[in-house]
Amino acid sequence: MATTDVATRSEEYTPVGDELLVVQDVKKHFPITRGIIFQKAIGSVKAVDGVSFGIRPGETLGIVGESGCGKSTLARCIVRLLDSTDGAITFEGRDITKLSRMQMRPIRREMTMIFQDPYASLNPRKRVGFIIGEPLEVHKLGTPSEVKTRVQELLEVVGLNPEHYNRFPHEFSGGQRQRIGVARALAVNPKLIVCDEPVSALDVSVQAQILNLLKDLQDDFGLTYVFIAHDLNVVRHISDRVLVMYLGKIAEIADRDALYKEPKHPYTGALLSAVPIPNPEEGRKREAIVLEGDVPSPVNPPSGCRFHPRCPRFVEGHCDVEDPPLYPFGAGHVAACHYPLERWPMKADEMRRTSGSPREPTPA
Amino acid sequence: MALLEVKDLRTSFKTEDGIVKAVDGVSFSVEKGQTLGIVGESGCGKSVTCLTIMGLNSKRNTTSSGEALWKGKDLLTMKHRELREIRGDDMSMIFQDPMTSLNPVHTIGKQLVEAVQLHRDVTGRVARARALELLKAVGIPKAETRIDDYPHQFSGGMRQRVMIAMALVNDPDLLIADEPTTALDVTTQAQILNLMKRLQQDFGSAIIIITHDLGVVAETADDVLVMYAAKVVEQANVSDLFNRPQHPYTWGLMGSLPRLEADTERLVQIPGQPPSLLRPPSGCRFHPRCPYVMNICRETEPGLDPTQRDPAHLQRCHLDEETKEREAAKLLEATMAEAAG
Repeated sequence: MATTDVATRSEEYTPVGDELLVVQDVKKHFPITRGIIFQKAIGSVKAVDGVSFGIRPGETLGIVGESGCGKSTLARCIVRLLDSTDGAITFEGRDITKLSRMQMRPIRREMTMIFQDPYASLNPRKRVGFIIGEPLEVHKLGTPSEVKTRVQELLEVVGLNPEHYNRFPHEFSGGQRQRIGVARALAVNPKLIVCDEPVSALDVSVQAQILNLLKDLQDDFGLTYVFIAHDLNVVRHISDRVLVMYLGKIAEIADRDALYKEPKHPYTGALLSAVPIPNPEEGRKREAIVLEGDVPSPVNPPSGCRFHPRCPRFVEGHCDVEDPPLYPFGAGHVAACHYPLERWPMKADEMRRTSGSPREPTPA
Repeated sequence: MALLEVKDLRTSFKTEDGIVKAVDGVSFSVEKGQTLGIVGESGCGKSVTCLTIMGLNSKRNTTSSGEALWKGKDLLTMKHRELREIRGDDMSMIFQDPMTSLNPVHTIGKQLVEAVQLHRDVTGRVARARALELLKAVGIPKAETRIDDYPHQFSGGMRQRVMIAMALVNDPDLLIADEPTTALDVTTQAQILNLMKRLQQDFGSAIIIITHDLGVVAETADDVLVMYAAKVVEQANVSDLFNRPQHPYTWGLMGSLPRLEADTERLVQIPGQPPSLLRPPSGCRFHPRCPYVMNICRETEPGLDPTQRDPAHLQRCHLDEETKEREAAKLLEATMAEAAG
């Protein structure tokens, strides 16, 4: 599993060879303009600011972070719904960031997306059969009758009644609509599905149905997922590896168990400790590490480590000056922190004490 | 006397398709300084229960019956003017969505001052001082300057703090919080929940917290109501509910929760979806989704009865007590074992 062992100051990801997707130092800056006719850029929102990682086939990579950390922008860059400002996204050995629309077409069959809001992501005027069959028509996969058979097959795969082919989206509940979204993403037999908060809008009991469905489909079709969510419980349930983002950068990447049992970045720790535990005795015993304030603006990110204004382990003159690279911590585990957590769980006041000297930076 | 005592509350809406019974016979009481949690999925009637108590349903198509006794006086039959005096003063509400529940064209200071002056005969200066005090209490940095900002200049978490400040500005005895943290990130959620706990200690208010998140309930509530399809299916104090849940729906909710401390490969899922309240199922309303369904469940609706062990633990299920204890123990063991391993 040691894919990201070699993480160095340049923050490059060193591929091991069998990745389906490699994201290399990707940046997405949105310009802020002033003026109506002559628009001049007066700054930029650095939504994604240098992110590198790789995904192996059949793997689920979870991406977590607070709202505004750039996780959805990253997802859109991966499937090229947005063009990244800088960096390379290599899908099956081919850099897709420079491809033209026509060159991109066949690749769009290989990676699809499931969106967050099942109410807004289905066209209310189209019938379900058309919505699911549209990708097949776009890619000219089959005659109308073949498309229909395939759509009915897909409806069955995602647990809907194939006879509902002619219904409209409003005739379905939230959970069922999300199943339609899943069926549409599956239609072209993709290798990679990017799921952007697919269960956030659903009730818990229905959320469990969709999560189970996604897992079953992965087993049946060997899918690879990029799974974005802000719910750490959900991410833990579905992911093999987890990437924690903060303000456009990677705070930590690790295998699921390593991340949840031995987080290294104080931000990961704070996130974990903020999740309410559905057990009254344990939940009240535990002392959450409460972060002060909000996520800073990505227009003007803080100097040095971007987390330093909210970090309980902040060391003046170091954290606010030097941006921490991704330091390795064992197999595939990297974290961008000068003063990583020594153990876990930790109480808030223990976390505040920084012990010993700063971590020796690893040579490039 | 309980601060708020709700007896057999029923609310129905007239719609084009027929009458929707959104709340169907809900009873509970809240004491001073206590926190009551109401849990359930969307459409189970938890928000409507609170809107009815606050008298905030549209008069046009809503009918309510039952009693909601506020310090002994019924809120449902009260004159509009009397209700206005209580609302926002003794009893206030925090709404779910901080993005839409503040007026975008007024500064937050103006909105807070309005809330004070509606109930207190004070000068603008005094009211403003009070508003500022509350903004500081809820932890808004640089409150002196931010008081003259507009809602769009605040982030989601900050806006929710402003909402809380507004709800607390007249020292209410009861605070109703309708999904106060659902729109927020976990870190902000932790800040807001801590703030509510602290304010409860400082002001001694009672809180009703409505949520779909069992984790939030476990960490904040003293007593819990579990609602399903307009009815209460289980009612108990928080440790009883989590340690000895007695209703298959509660088991389903607990099982379908992915947990940080547990390695479950598959989540327990409740099949199907919540029923339409236009035509609720016969008998027990949960029977079409219940894995333990028996013949009697389809025909007769179970009453909300106390368990033999604890008269304060109410549940609405036909299963015999032995089976329930066994299933509850099994569920608990499963989650505990995973937590340990």
